[in-house]
Amino acid sequence: MTIRILRPGLLMTVQDLGRHGHQHVGVCPGGAMDPIACSLANALVGNAPGEAAIEITVLGPDLEFERDTLVALCGAPFQATIPANRPVLVAAGTRLVIGRAPRGARAYLAVAGGIAVEPVLGSRSTFIPGGFGGLGGRTLRRGDVIPLVEESEDLSRRRFSSLKRKSGSSVRWSVPPHTVPEHEPLVLHVLDGQHFPSFDVASQRAFVDSVWKIGPESNRMGFRLEGPALAREKSDEILSGPTCLGTVQVPSNGTPIALMADHQTTGGYPKIAEIASADVARLAQLGPGGTVRFARCGLDIAAELRLHVLERLQTALRGIAWEYGN
Amino acid sequence: MNAFVQRLALAVHARAEPELRDVVPALGGLALHFAPQFAGDLVQASLGIVERALDGLPPPAEVGREVEVPVCYDPEFAPDLAEVARRVKLEPEEVAKRHAEGEYRVLMIGFAPGHAYMGGLHPSLAVSRRAAPRPEVPAGSVAIANEQTVVYPYAISGGWNVIGRTPLVIFDAKREHPSLFGPGDRVRFRMITKEEFFS
Repeated sequence: MTIRILRPGLLMTVQDLGRHGHQHVGVCPGGAMDPIACSLANALVGNAPGEAAIEITVLGPDLEFERDTLVALCGAPFQATIPANRPVLVAAGTRLVIGRAPRGARAYLAVAGGIAVEPVLGSRSTFIPGGFGGLGGRTLRRGDVIPLVEESEDLSRRRFSSLKRKSGSSVRWSVPPHTVPEHEPLVLHVLDGQHFPSFDVASQRAFVDSVWKIGPESNRMGFRLEGPALAREKSDEILSGPTCLGTVQVPSNGTPIALMADHQTTGGYPKIAEIASADVARLAQLGPGGTVRFARCGLDIAAELRLHVLERLQTALRGIAWEYGN
Repeated sequence: MNAFVQRLALAVHARAEPELRDVVPALGGLALHFAPQFAGDLVQASLGIVERALDGLPPPAEVGREVEVPVCYDPEFAPDLAEVARRVKLEPEEVAKRHAEGEYRVLMIGFAPGHAYMGGLHPSLAVSRRAAPRPEVPAGSVAIANEQTVVYPYAISGGWNVIGRTPLVIFDAKREHPSLFGPGDRVRFRMITKEEFFS
């Protein structure tokens, strides 16, 4: 049971919800850049939210399915030969062509039973800098054969037949993607970073007053934010400290970097801000050229936003489970 | 301060607090990474975790393990040894000897999986980082800067002064203990010959 890659997309990797509990030895959690879309894609094929799926970035691939497979494409609205944001039973031998997305940058292709690569440190996520996880620790290439679970075809047919409100090889409903930006600049809530007070007043103002553009050098490790150069009052060395998903660091060239899924676990650059967890998945939906603004908030607001996002996801997951008769 | 951070990290880790996903000691602090589902007050919860950990702080001797790392300081593996020797006004052999005689402590792991920053370098060997980082430093390279030493786990770009190389695999995600180094480990380097390196 496999999927064959006839043409690779831009940066296509196997991802789940990441490996946790290893940051003290320098292993970042990694995982899906947009965990919300990944969870929804999984739920749409009847999987648990943390199964491994294929992360598609900016430009999608051409894929061929060896057997009948229940799939779901969820996230940015990529042009594709199947309808998005719903379960679709693709027939053996089908060629699935995924193009570009007019908005958003990432989508997840989930399959019933998940992608069956070996877990490494408790996760199937690809960590490219370390060369482990996923398929050989690397991006997917032309000719790759992606293993699915043994019983994938059975599972696919059984799950599809249990779905309510079917229409042909799909269903008459879809879930709204939660994270794809409707308009830009995207407003991201941020907490003051540990070193925010040490930036000069002009830089503190510029950080929140400017529209930041995501630079071409951005990847799964971090997004470079182009805008005015930020400077500190005194440019004294700081002790390397822990970093986190969504930390915004400012290296000495003054160009902030927002740390994304594959970030380093510690860093020696001053931290001007921490992006609220609720907004990191939304930021992950921007590609190079996308624009953002920052709005400062407190820990209470950030927590409220985070719980609201999780609640909305849980509601959607319950709704999808209901469609499967669960 | 780092010794205290390491003890605190170990105590928090040992308690396996359910709401925490990661506990990360660093040079300049300790990170408690909460699971996103946590619905309580983060400040109160963090204070509670630290208070409980302070009650059971392990003695410094219980933090970390002993790790011995064989290092070959042959010029073939030590592109910066001659330059470091010139800067600190010692013979290259003396630099290698002093490095190998030191007792080190893992202060922080970061930058890459298994990449340990170790304190305890002899002050006479303290040099700044290279002006231009090397585009690729081979895996296992042993390097120094300021009063710290590191061992590169992967072939990556790096600006530290490379003075030797170990044949050990520093990080292997598929091993039972992926990282050779853990937080707070006590590390010694043992000088080996080129023959030993290749055997």
